[in-house]
Amino acid sequence: MIRIEARNAPPRALTLGVPILSALVALALASIPLAFAGADISTAYAEMAKGVFGSKFAFSEMLTRATPLIFTGLAAALAFRAKLWNIGAEGQLYLGAMAAVAIGSGAVDAPAFVLVPLIVVFGAAAGAAGMAVPTVLKTRFGADEVVTTLLLNFVILIFVQMMLEGALKDPMSLGWPQSSPILDQGMLPQLMDRMRIHSGLIMALVAAGIAQFMLARSVWGFRLRAVGENAAAARHAGIRVNRSLMSVAIVSGGLAGLAGVSEVAGLKGYLTADLSPGFGYTGIVVAMLAGLSPVGVVISALFIASVFVGADSMSRAMGVSSYLADLVVSMSLLCVLIGGFFARFRIVRSKVGVA
Amino acid sequence: MDILQILLTDSFWAASLRIATPLIFGVLGALICEKSGVLNLGIEGIFAAGAMAGWMAVWLGAGLWGGLLAAALVGAFFGLIHAILTVPLGLSQHVSGLGVTLFATSVSYFIYRTALPNVTSPPRIESFQALDIAGLSDLPFIGPVLFQQTAMTWLALLMVVLVWYVLERTALGVAIKAVGDNPDSVDAQGLSVYSLRIGAVMAGSALMALGGAFLTMSAFDAFFFGMVNGRGWVCIALVIFASWRPGKALLGALLFGAFDAFQVRLQTEVGALVPGQVFLMAPYILSILALVIAARGADYPRALLTPWFKGQR
Repeated sequence: MIRIEARNAPPRALTLGVPILSALVALALASIPLAFAGADISTAYAEMAKGVFGSKFAFSEMLTRATPLIFTGLAAALAFRAKLWNIGAEGQLYLGAMAAVAIGSGAVDAPAFVLVPLIVVFGAAAGAAGMAVPTVLKTRFGADEVVTTLLLNFVILIFVQMMLEGALKDPMSLGWPQSSPILDQGMLPQLMDRMRIHSGLIMALVAAGIAQFMLARSVWGFRLRAVGENAAAARHAGIRVNRSLMSVAIVSGGLAGLAGVSEVAGLKGYLTADLSPGFGYTGIVVAMLAGLSPVGVVISALFIASVFVGADSMSRAMGVSSYLADLVVSMSLLCVLIGGFFARFRIVRSKVGVA
Repeated sequence: MDILQILLTDSFWAASLRIATPLIFGVLGALICEKSGVLNLGIEGIFAAGAMAGWMAVWLGAGLWGGLLAAALVGAFFGLIHAILTVPLGLSQHVSGLGVTLFATSVSYFIYRTALPNVTSPPRIESFQALDIAGLSDLPFIGPVLFQQTAMTWLALLMVVLVWYVLERTALGVAIKAVGDNPDSVDAQGLSVYSLRIGAVMAGSALMALGGAFLTMSAFDAFFFGMVNGRGWVCIALVIFASWRPGKALLGALLFGAFDAFQVRLQTEVGALVPGQVFLMAPYILSILALVIAARGADYPRALLTPWFKGQR
């Protein structure tokens, strides 16, 4: 008979090895859809690698793509640590982006050292508010936050479309639904000449560093982990669980809001309803691949961004659908889940009847 | 036209039932999974996969009923993935479900794009047509509302009865409900907790896929990216609203359908005064409100979200 047995402590090699192996397995599995699409597999992988490492520009594009994913990955990682299922980063990202254009496109006329922090603060606050609402619905009414955050994503996106045809609409856009551009002094500084990479990346890395420190070393982080591991025990130990959940909700939503700020004030300059190709949802994969560790989020965001940028460039060169990237990303999530199982449990053979 | 008058037209009630149809399939599917103790957030992706698979099977010449079979099998396949991850492996049902949604969606999109690389307008199929039953379809009011729907709407209504019958009147139903409430007791009876849960998740996922197939094979006659548009998540909310009962699930789906049909008609009445997006948002907000109202007294299956391992109490 086969029995499943929990390991006392997952070996360190497995906690680190599983995500890496999962990512590689998911990449290798991409050969199946590539073969299905009739592409030459080794050429396709070579094109993907070239699309990320082929030039300085390609690499900077990958870093640009990783920036919002670090933010949304952190948003998911922190919330999931507390078992607060924030699946609403997509919507919170748009709230942050909306706040950024509302403040930055002329409503406030101030020099850069005032305007940029103002945009950042309001963007984060808008995202935080977007997660505070479902958290109140959870703690007050017991409404499952998975469903409410998922549904709010749709509400917020429609709201964005409404604003882009209304209050935030650029009068110069010739009917195209987009917001007025953010003033030059409201934009996040660029990092390199003639490249799109911007200082949102620095913000994201700093956020990851702070999150890592807070999670591992602060009382706040301790409470958050305690609530996530066993809410009843945490309550018994005198931790105010709802308060802890609300604080992590605000941080998580704020980080997702910053993803929107960084996309709109660092990259695009104005808001459209297709600002995010699912960064919020992909952030969940990033967080899971990182084992919910903030520093890990940075590494897995770089990996996922490479998959997207590499697959994009491969699909342009070889005519394979770029949905391949989404396929690899979703497979890495499933692989890391399965891998996580083998890190935590082992399968033991035992005699029939012994259980 | 008066708002009251909208409620009296047969086209409004016919539209309500039509909009409710995919949700009926979806809510029933989610209900079966959750009754056995497994939350299936793969629903949104399984809808997309069912929509794509059903459409493609018909497009390849399998016929409409062959298309439905293909959709159901594809749904059961993705259900099996979710079931393996969450039942014997006991992994997080939330994360696994979201993983299945991402996987099923991207597989469907990739296959569609690969099969049809260069189409600008999506190819159409001969979809399910409105029934024309001699005598019944011509009845005033009742005729258009009930007897001019497509066969899939009737299939959905039949499924409500079937799911109710299986859950409430058969030994299998008792076992499925028991495995979602107290798996240890089921195990003590010598039944397999794993098989019951895996079977329930596969059957439920097959129903979800039929909901998706309705979109491409009855509501429309082609496949579009993003056509599921949150319907799966709405179903997850409606299950709680329906307190896991098939009859109330039908009622919830119908209420949602009626509300959606009403907002479209109201939009044409007062569209000049209020931006159209307000109406588009309303169904999602309504679902959230329904969830908030129902959540307090919700009688969750007691073992929902709790993995169970053999030989381990």
